[in-house]
Amino acid sequence: MIDDRQYIVTPEGVPLVLTLAGPIPRAVAYLIDFCIRLVVYLVAALFLGPLGGVGMGLLLILFFLLEWGYPILFEVLRHGQTPGKKALHLTVVKEDATPVDLNASLIRNLLRTADLFPTFYLAGLITMLIDRRFRRLGDLAAGTLVVHVTPPPDSTPHNGDTPLAPDWAVTISDRQLLLNFLERSPQLSSGRRAELAQLAFPELPPDAAAQRLRHVALYMQGAAQGSVQGPAEGKAP
Amino acid sequence: MKQQQFETRYAPFWDALTRTLTQLEQPPRRRWRRRATRVADAVTDAPSSTTSEESGDSLRDSLRDSLGDFPADYRRLCHHLALARQRGYSPNLVNRLNALVLRGHRQLYQHRPPLLPRLSEFLRADFPRAVRSQWRWHVASAMSFILAMALIWGLLAVQPERVHSVLSGEMIANIEAMYASDTRLSDGRGSDDDVMMFGYYIYNNISVAFRSFAGGLFFGVGALFIMIFNGGFFGAVAGHLTNVGAGEPLFTFVIAHGAPEITAIILAGGAGLRLGAALLSPGQLTRLAALRAAARSGLPVIYGVFLLLILAAFIEAFWSPRDLPAQTKYLVGGLCWALLTVYLLFAGRTATGDDDVPR
Repeated sequence: MIDDRQYIVTPEGVPLVLTLAGPIPRAVAYLIDFCIRLVVYLVAALFLGPLGGVGMGLLLILFFLLEWGYPILFEVLRHGQTPGKKALHLTVVKEDATPVDLNASLIRNLLRTADLFPTFYLAGLITMLIDRRFRRLGDLAAGTLVVHVTPPPDSTPHNGDTPLAPDWAVTISDRQLLLNFLERSPQLSSGRRAELAQLAFPELPPDAAAQRLRHVALYMQGAAQGSVQGPAEGKAP
Repeated sequence: MKQQQFETRYAPFWDALTRTLTQLEQPPRRRWRRRATRVADAVTDAPSSTTSEESGDSLRDSLRDSLGDFPADYRRLCHHLALARQRGYSPNLVNRLNALVLRGHRQLYQHRPPLLPRLSEFLRADFPRAVRSQWRWHVASAMSFILAMALIWGLLAVQPERVHSVLSGEMIANIEAMYASDTRLSDGRGSDDDVMMFGYYIYNNISVAFRSFAGGLFFGVGALFIMIFNGGFFGAVAGHLTNVGAGEPLFTFVIAHGAPEITAIILAGGAGLRLGAALLSPGQLTRLAALRAAARSGLPVIYGVFLLLILAAFIEAFWSPRDLPAQTKYLVGGLCWALLTVYLLFAGRTATGDDDVPR
C-alpha cells in the first residue's frame, strides 16, 4: 500500500503526521529552482561578461555557488526551503521533523551527483520509487525527508443552515465520517453528494438526503462530544 | 466539549501562538540564538561566579520577554492536538493543529551550534583527526592515484610515442603550448587572467572533489574511477613533457599548489571509498545505518577538502604562474608539502599520541 504519511512522536508524547512529497512535486520544485539559477546566471553574465578575465573568474565562481551552494544555503537558512520548494509548499526536514542543519543539507546535496547518475536523476528517481518514504540517495544518507507543508484550509463556513440532531446512536466513526463529509463536500459534485447521502438515508430522494446529511453533519460539528451514547465500539481509541 | 466550543475557546491562543511562531521563523533568529547561548553560558558558569545566578535570572527573563512562554505554550498546543484527536474532532481542525505543532516542534528542537568557534577547533584538530581516523581509505585512494600516475608515466618514459594513445592530438598541442614553448607562463598574462583562472580552479577542482565523494556511493567505483583518471592524466602530461624536455616549467608550476590540490582530491576520493565500503561490507550495521555513519564521519574530511581546494586555487592562480628561479619554487613547493604532511599527521594529537576519537 502506498501511504504518503509518516508518523513521528514528539517528546511531548504527541504523534505528529508528516505528509511526504513524491517525485512529481519535487521535480517541479527542482525545475523552478533550475530556472531561477539560470536567470541569475544569465543576468550576471550580462554584467560580468564585458569585464574580461575578472568577469569570467567571478562568473565561474558564481556558477560554482549556484550549482553547489544554492540548495545548501537556502535549506539551512530558510527552514529547508529553496524558492522552488517554497512555491510548492515543500520543505526538507530531518527524520524527527526538526529543521535540516548544515551537515544534513551538505550530505544530501553533495550526494545529488549520485542521484543524477547516469542522467536526469534516474538513480534518484528509482531510489525514491523503491523507498517507502520517497527518499533519494542523498536523503537516505543524510537522514532527511521532503514533506508537504500546505496549510489546510479553514473549516467550511455554514451559511445559516439549521443543525439537525441525528435520529440514531452516533459512534465516533460515524461522527468522523460526517465531519469528513462536511469538510469535503465543497470538492464533491452535487450528484456525488446526493449519492453518498442516499447511503445514509436510502428512503429520501437524492436532494433531500443530501440536505439532511448536511444538517446532521453540521449538528455533529457543533455537538461533537455531547451526544455520543453509541454502542461499545463507539468508544474513543 | 463540542468542537465549536473548543475552537472558539482556544482560537485566540492558537492565533497568538501562530504569531509567535511567525516571529521565531523570521531570519534574525541570530538574536535569539545569541541570547540562548548567553543563558546557557550563564547556567554552566554558575558555580564559578557569584553574580551569575542573578544575571542568569535576568537573562532568562529577557529570553522569556522575547519568546513569550513559547515552550509552555507549545506543550499546551500538543495537549490540544491530542484532545482533538482523541475526541474525534474534524480532520480539518486536527490537520490545522498538527501543522501548528509541527512548526512549533521545528522551532523548539532545532539544533544550531554557532559556527565560528567550531571552525577554529575544526582546523586545529577535528579535520586532521577525521583524516587519520580513516587513514586506510585515504591510503587506498592515494595508491590508486599514484599507481595510475606511475604506470602511465613509466610507460611514456619507455615508449614516448605511446603518448598518442593516451592523450588526444589537440590535448598534446595544448600542453606543449602551455609549458614547452619559449614564451614564459606569465607573458601576456595579467592579473585579469589570474582571477579568471582562480574562478576556474574553484569551480572545476571543487566540483571534481565533491563528485568523487558522491561517486563513492556506487560501491566506490565512481571515486576510484576519478582517482585513476586524474592520476593517469597527470602521469601522461608529466611523462610527455619530460620527454620533450619541458619537465621543469611543469614541475615548478605545479609543485606548490599540488600539495593542497592533489591531497584534497585524494582525501575526497578516500571519503568516497569509505561510502562505498559501508555499502559493500556494513559489518554489524544495516547498510543504511552504515552508509549514514560513513557519510557523517566523512563530512569533516569534505569540509577540509573544500578549504584546501580554496587555498590551492589561490596558490595556483596567484603564486604558481609567477616567474621565479626554479630553486625558489621548489623550496616553497616542498615547504607546502612538508607543512601539509605534518599538519595532517600530527595536528590535534593529544600528549599521549592518541587521537581520542572513536573510529
